Amino acid sequence: MSLNGIGREAEVRRALDRVTDPELDEPVTDLRFIDRLAIEGDTVSIGFRLPTYWCAANFAFLMADDMRREVAALPWVGHVEVTLGEHMYAAKINHGLAHGLSFQDTFGNEASAELNELRRTFLVKAFQRRQEALLRYMLKHSAQQGADGGPAPARTAEALVSMTLPALKTLPLDHDGNQIRSRYLDRRHICAAPGEPLAFVDAHGEPIAADSLHGYLQALGRVTINTEFNGALCRGLLAARFNEDGEPSLADFARMPARTA
Amino acid sequence: MYRTQSGEEIFIIDGHTHNWNAAKDNIANIHGQQFIDCFYGYHSVLSPKDQVWPKEKFDNYGAEQMYRDLFVDGPDDMAIVQSTYLTDFYKTGFNTIERNSEIKALAPDRVIVNGAFDPRDGEAGLDALEEMASKYKLKGVKLYTAEWRGDSRGYKLTDPMAYKYLEKAEKLGIKNIHIHKGPTIIPLDKDAFDVADVDHVATDFQNLNFIVEHCGLPRLDDFCWIAVQETNVYGGLAVALPFIHSRRDYFTNVISELLFWLGEDKLLFGSDYGIWTPKWLVEQFMAFELPDEVKQAKGVDLTLQAKKKILGLNAARLYDIDIEAQKQKIAAGAREKVHA
Repeated sequence: MSLNGIGREAEVRRALDRVTDPELDEPVTDLRFIDRLAIEGDTVSIGFRLPTYWCAANFAFLMADDMRREVAALPWVGHVEVTLGEHMYAAKINHGLAHGLSFQDTFGNEASAELNELRRTFLVKAFQRRQEALLRYMLKHSAQQGADGGPAPARTAEALVSMTLPALKTLPLDHDGNQIRSRYLDRRHICAAPGEPLAFVDAHGEPIAADSLHGYLQALGRVTINTEFNGALCRGLLAARFNEDGEPSLADFARMPARTA
Repeated sequence: MYRTQSGEEIFIIDGHTHNWNAAKDNIANIHGQQFIDCFYGYHSVLSPKDQVWPKEKFDNYGAEQMYRDLFVDGPDDMAIVQSTYLTDFYKTGFNTIERNSEIKALAPDRVIVNGAFDPRDGEAGLDALEEMASKYKLKGVKLYTAEWRGDSRGYKLTDPMAYKYLEKAEKLGIKNIHIHKGPTIIPLDKDAFDVADVDHVATDFQNLNFIVEHCGLPRLDDFCWIAVQETNVYGGLAVALPFIHSRRDYFTNVISELLFWLGEDKLLFGSDYGIWTPKWLVEQFMAFELPDEVKQAKGVDLTLQAKKKILGLNAARLYDIDIEAQKQKIAAGAREKVHA
């Protein structure tokens, strides 16, 4: 392992890549939330900022907590300082973070939700959104794949809901399909019990009935609508707030394959 | 008035507008500054590039400018002006009913001014509401449940005092309750977005209409579920509609869900002026068609009739507006300009 400064910075960045904005389900690094990174000896200082002064305090706290956890897991790191800038609760949150307080302790009576519950809620939403993307992708692309001469697994509703995990993992997919699949597999464990043989289960870990797949996808679609709403606003507001280059690009929305419903 | 290519006239009631004052000398603290800066962020992110205003204009555009943007350059026939106080952030309030009355004075036949109440004002606030209702002949109020007040970070419609206010509103003939549930500012946590309290009050106050502004986005799923069960819950399209320009596919998803769950009789157009101006919103909405595959998949359509309802007929029903009589009054006004 490289122990020079550049190597260490890259390691920290990779660790931060694993931290997502809970509501947007995107890495804080891609979202350009991280605005300062300094390494001195075994101490890592991270500064971050959010799209508005008003962004929900519990989400800010959760992301800071995740950053600290991921970076502290690097073997050479002894101490991590995470600081939030330009936010209505910056002082309070930074005080809580510096003293290792919980969200509840930091905000006292003002805080109404336990952070772990909140984390779980949004991990489930991320699971649902990633699953919807993959299911729709597979429904849409089954025909093309057969025409290319490659293996053409029958992607009927019946075949999808009964597909096993190993079958999903070894399914030949194009570049986009591969990405969408790995995003789903990264979150599958949130709802699927350990050892669950089916590739796809619902948010409660139950199998999905083939004849209700259409309605199931429509319901997942509403989770995605909410997420995209926040995503579009957040990216735009961040750019506007810090005078960075204009509008969010189309790539920001390319994670969902086009809806054929 | 908006006129289609075939010459048909469409009566436009803009259900959500403001005449705010966020000029430097009215800003009380950093919160007030950040609040208007955030609004400006919404404005500059979702407006077409050639519709973006300079910040100074955005901070305090004034009633004359508003009149031009809505009724001269814009297609609005009528506008509902919502009052939001935010007195912890702005010295004389953000857009108080007195301030909103300035636009009413310029166009008495075209403007409906809504009031506001806050249950945290207690018993004294009930008297103030009565006074406001008789002075301004209120038919509606705007509620901002996430507003800070001293140490309080907001309230719920299900709070006992909120019930007293709703009972009072019903007695005073204020039957349209607009509730800001949307990309709210100042949430401590995401519960501030919660639309569940609307469910309870809509059941308990069958004679009141609850217009959920911004359709509960980003809690559209919860909102749709509530709205489908409650006949007196409506969706205001402010904030959802501007996505039509830069995020057409996204807007398609949202409007098709709303049409499926609520239907064309329960949706109200609102520009959210001064965040956005009605001209481009109405033009793009009129030109918008649902793609065939969405129509088939969701079993909904956005026909000309549906657009007419959303742009004016639904609000006319809620506010007892006689459109034909209104057209004549407006035509008689000297400052009329037909919008093509």
